[in-house]
Amino acid sequence: MNILKNLLFQLDRRIIYVAIALAVTIPLVFHFAVPLNPSPIVQSLFDAIEALPPESKVILSFDYGPSTLPENDPMAFAFARHLLTRNHRIYMMALWATGERNLDYTIEQVIEKEFPGKVYGVDYVKLGYKAGDEGLINTLFKNFKGMYTTDGHGTNINDIPMMKEITTLEDFDMILNVGSGRPGTKEWIQYAGDRGNIPIGGAVTAVEALLLYPYYPRQLKGLLGGLQGAAEYETALISKYPQFGITGRQAQVYMGPQAVAHCVILLLVILGNVSYFVGKRRK
Amino acid sequence: MTMWDMIVLWIGGAMTLMIFSFLYKDNPFYKFAEHLFVGVSAAFWMVKAIQTTMIPNMWAAIWPKSVTAILHAAQHTEPNYVRLIPLGLGLLLLSRLIPRIAWLSRWAMAVLIGFTSGTYLVRYLQSDFIAQIRSTIIPLVVVTPQGLDVTQSLLNCILVFGVLCALMYFFFSLEHRGVVGGISHAGIWVLMVAFGASFGYTVMARISLLIGRIDYLGQWLQSFGNIL
Repeated sequence: MNILKNLLFQLDRRIIYVAIALAVTIPLVFHFAVPLNPSPIVQSLFDAIEALPPESKVILSFDYGPSTLPENDPMAFAFARHLLTRNHRIYMMALWATGERNLDYTIEQVIEKEFPGKVYGVDYVKLGYKAGDEGLINTLFKNFKGMYTTDGHGTNINDIPMMKEITTLEDFDMILNVGSGRPGTKEWIQYAGDRGNIPIGGAVTAVEALLLYPYYPRQLKGLLGGLQGAAEYETALISKYPQFGITGRQAQVYMGPQAVAHCVILLLVILGNVSYFVGKRRK
Repeated sequence: MTMWDMIVLWIGGAMTLMIFSFLYKDNPFYKFAEHLFVGVSAAFWMVKAIQTTMIPNMWAAIWPKSVTAILHAAQHTEPNYVRLIPLGLGLLLLSRLIPRIAWLSRWAMAVLIGFTSGTYLVRYLQSDFIAQIRSTIIPLVVVTPQGLDVTQSLLNCILVFGVLCALMYFFFSLEHRGVVGGISHAGIWVLMVAFGASFGYTVMARISLLIGRIDYLGQWLQSFGNIL
């Protein structure tokens, strides 16, 4: 026991770094997978999108930056796949300047590759980034085209077919936010959802998720919390639409390494506590 | 993979390794990557501010013809001189740089603070105060057409009593003794569970980012095969 205590108290932190790196790398190389089932909060959002009538108008807001791509990109991809499979119209925008790259990446990786039949301006539109944070949502609520006079490519907004019916935020059937901070899901709830009774769905980083649980189920239709939420949503999507069984597993692939790394951390927490209590008793 | 993609991948891979090298100890490679990141970020935000705020919201509104070459939609726009007001307030903010007239910036700050607090107050009251109280007023005993829903009843009880206990912990008008002390103590447990969940989620988030980086390094290593 003394050896264990000495080992843990004098453990070089770099050994822990190596252990975590190996715990992530080995399962990633060997494609270690863990079984997943959608939790009620994820399934609820999936069902809400399923319940929308075809050709519903849905905003997909990319409010995240490059630092959280592994968590947020799979969420955005899954939403895009789901919405286009259900023949909804996607209005892609960003409250974050760094979100525009993620928006383009989703169009390039998902829409253009997997849905070549979908037409720009009819099935999806890139509105792009606008400055203003929650102030932008506030203005969009009253005058959408006043802020978005052009799309992300500089085309006049009135020349885009799917923009003809849009005048305010209340014309949308749902708002989906993929976010990692402020402004994000919370601001969409405060400035659009609660104000105009517009259904809101959130997909946020794990750090952010806990702060948004209180809004579910009354103010938030559902929530994808971190990589696990994304993987659960992919599970729900693949079980309903098996055609995404090969292409739609970005988050699921990452959940194997995630589980192994968590086990290593749990083991270290247990060992740390054991050594602490043993050391305390000896004193 | 195009040559450009390959260059981007190599820069990204090298930068990732430079940043990770800090885990061993501080070194010049880490310092270089850190300084480069700060510089690039500052430049990115400055360009974005000019491109997405100053040109479309200021120049295109006040003097549309001056930006038609870069913003085609501006050619059909009529000048909107109301935008001179925020421009003036913005310039007043810069008066802080000259000590003799620095007091002028207070006017702009007053408008900013007044607008922000007014807007926030209403939205927070509606979404985070009234709506949250409403969400806590739920039946403790849930009866469905099929009978008593034990699980939902239990969950509702945990939610309602959890909120009450946590609130009692922050209620300082009564001494935390006896029944009040017991409820307050239960509130500590509720808070500890919330902090634990928060910590667990944070660990998951950080590991997710590490997985993303290691996956990226894997792609970088695979690119060696393309070169060889």
